[in-house]
Amino acid sequence: MLRELRPAIVVFIGLMLITGLAYPLAMTGMAQALFPRQANGSLIEKDGTVIGSSLIGQQFSSDRYFHGRPSATLGPDPADSSKSVAQPYNAANSMGSNLGPTSKALIERVQGDVNTLKAENPGMAVPIDLVTTTASGLDPHISPDAAIFQVPRVAKARGMPDNRVRDLVSQHVEGRLFGFLGEPRVNVLALNLALDGGAPK
Amino acid sequence: MTLIGWMQILVFCTLVVALAKPLGGYITRVFNGERNFLSPILLPLERGLYGLAGIDAKREQHWLTYTIAMLLFNAIGFVSLYALLRFQANLPLNPAEQVAVAPDLAFNTAVSFVTNTNWQNYGGETTMSYLTQMVGLTVQNFVSAATGIVLAVALIRGFARASAATVGNFWADMTRCTLYILLPICIIFTLFLVWQGVPQTLGAYVDATTLEGAKQSIAVGPAASQIAIKILGTNGGGFFNANAAHPFENPTSLSNFVQMLSIFAIGAALTNAFGRMVGNERQGWAILAAMGVLFVAGVTAAYWAEASGNDAFTALGLTGGNMEGKEVRFGIVASALFAVVTTAASCGAVNAMHDSFTALGGMIPLINMQLGEIIVGGVGAGLYGMLLFVVIAIFVAGLMVGRTPEYVGKKIEAKEMKMAMLAILVLPLMYLGWTAAAVVIPSAVASMANAGPHGFSEVLYAYTSQTANNGSAFGGLTGNTLWYNTTGAIAMLVGRFLMIVPAMAIAGSLAAKKTVPASSGTFPTTGGLFVGLLVGVILIVGGLTFFPALALGPIVEHLAMRAGTVF
Repeated sequence: MLRELRPAIVVFIGLMLITGLAYPLAMTGMAQALFPRQANGSLIEKDGTVIGSSLIGQQFSSDRYFHGRPSATLGPDPADSSKSVAQPYNAANSMGSNLGPTSKALIERVQGDVNTLKAENPGMAVPIDLVTTTASGLDPHISPDAAIFQVPRVAKARGMPDNRVRDLVSQHVEGRLFGFLGEPRVNVLALNLALDGGAPK
Repeated sequence: MTLIGWMQILVFCTLVVALAKPLGGYITRVFNGERNFLSPILLPLERGLYGLAGIDAKREQHWLTYTIAMLLFNAIGFVSLYALLRFQANLPLNPAEQVAVAPDLAFNTAVSFVTNTNWQNYGGETTMSYLTQMVGLTVQNFVSAATGIVLAVALIRGFARASAATVGNFWADMTRCTLYILLPICIIFTLFLVWQGVPQTLGAYVDATTLEGAKQSIAVGPAASQIAIKILGTNGGGFFNANAAHPFENPTSLSNFVQMLSIFAIGAALTNAFGRMVGNERQGWAILAAMGVLFVAGVTAAYWAEASGNDAFTALGLTGGNMEGKEVRFGIVASALFAVVTTAASCGAVNAMHDSFTALGGMIPLINMQLGEIIVGGVGAGLYGMLLFVVIAIFVAGLMVGRTPEYVGKKIEAKEMKMAMLAILVLPLMYLGWTAAAVVIPSAVASMANAGPHGFSEVLYAYTSQTANNGSAFGGLTGNTLWYNTTGAIAMLVGRFLMIVPAMAIAGSLAAKKTVPASSGTFPTTGGLFVGLLVGVILIVGGLTFFPALALGPIVEHLAMRAGTVF
């Protein structure tokens, strides 16, 4: 057994240096050279300040913006940092709701959200992604239906004709890759940026 | 369920099978010590390491020496990772100022990554420094995966060799596996992931001001390099808490598809390598076929359950399947498929929250793990787990006709049967035993996030996942307690090493045997009859063991959902 001790130590240290330092550092260098935007988090800047990442959802509550999906992420309580409170779209603490299919808390929360949305737009069935929690708490997307659903509210808040907002949504629908991979979706932050910018991207 | 959904599944299965042969050929050449196109670059590195370590790569080891070398190597890995977790606050590359990891959590985490489980009682972005992620976790992602692969290769050599005293050289196998197989694929994979949007930076978390003027701190880090090996090595430990559901770990439908392929790539290729090494590739295809039957059954069930959705949502007029805890870019099918892939293999990465799956949709991952993760399985672990079931299936076939059973020219006798049964019985002892204990201890019950049968499922899932070295979770359970950290670590150690040691004993015993030529009385192990028998034995052995536990959890929850009961 002692005869195997030297190889054990040397091989472990050798592989640790190769896979734990050389490999991630070399990859960081190459990634920064080849894909600097993605390597740093696909950040979006506006007037010199970072306003978010194109891959990370953010919390929208104003009627003037399209809203993302419910997020169950937590953050430290400002009053007592040892406790956690709801802080949707906290991108430094990703998580889902982890509520199961027979959870009373889940069903009641969804019921409440459905009622609110039905009041907002009685003319259309409530899209399920708009009332269910994202897995990461940071989903940047909603389904095209979920965007269309919100058109009347956003158009009214902005004093824009429904058609113009709807066109903007259509321009932001991303389809399936190669026609079969993934699901059709709309990036909420990109859509809201386009709304603010006045002109589509 | 949709046609486009089925197309994703079909293309996935086709590509897994298509990749098995070329990759299997490459793996075989690497472990036979043959030169390949990477030798000019890697041979000097390999020889330098052997020189420093005083290794003669040509000198092979008895199975017991091989096993001891492996255990020693893993022990050093454990100590090193534990120390890193405890001292990370005083070490460099810690821009988010993470504090030292508590002793019980560090113990659980170190065991978890050494055993290729990657169960996480912590959130990556809120606990681990960049140095720990790289020098601690990424390293174990590589070497625990390589450990699994080399043990499978040693067992294959046991079948392939005749009257041999040795099964290979652990140090040479370990070094070659890491340098020639895992590292080159990971380099390409990392760059692909970064291109898709996965961060790879040593910079600090980014402070953004959102469109509505709120502050958003965005966690980044050297993620892509760790995620590549996390997936390829069927490790599954997320850089971020939400794992592959996090848009930074798995940004696009393409990154998702390639990650699923990578989870299966090496495991499927090893069945081909097995066939090549025992001299008949059809032996490998037969094993892959048995895995395929179980896989397709699992995918069908999980996809159906998630697409059918939650009755409580349907009652509210919501359609489109169970989207709770899923991401829009993946939708129902890619989430269900990922869940089955990650638990069929012993990966444990998740792109949707399994805790929020429907009762039956969440039961499929549970069953996959309880069967021992032999459907493609963890890199290496899947193949040696499956070969244990093959030993039992062959034995059953032998009993039926009253002949000493043979498999690829080796007589399967009492010693092999005892070892195979030991390995297979240890798993349920761990996950059923600890679950039974946890549900009568009030403080352990308090960790459940959901009430009713779902809470029981959370605990059962936790111990099943850790025993099977999977690492996925019903994430609502608060696992970071003294009880769950300690008992979980025991389950992981037993699930890993009490499987490995008997498998290695079989390897040694088989290698020493003579090869018997096939005769007219030999049961053919390349045809449909064998595949059917193997699948049957797996389902009977597995089903008898865990069906009662499933009845208390997901099955009763499904009935409750149909009846409109909530908890």
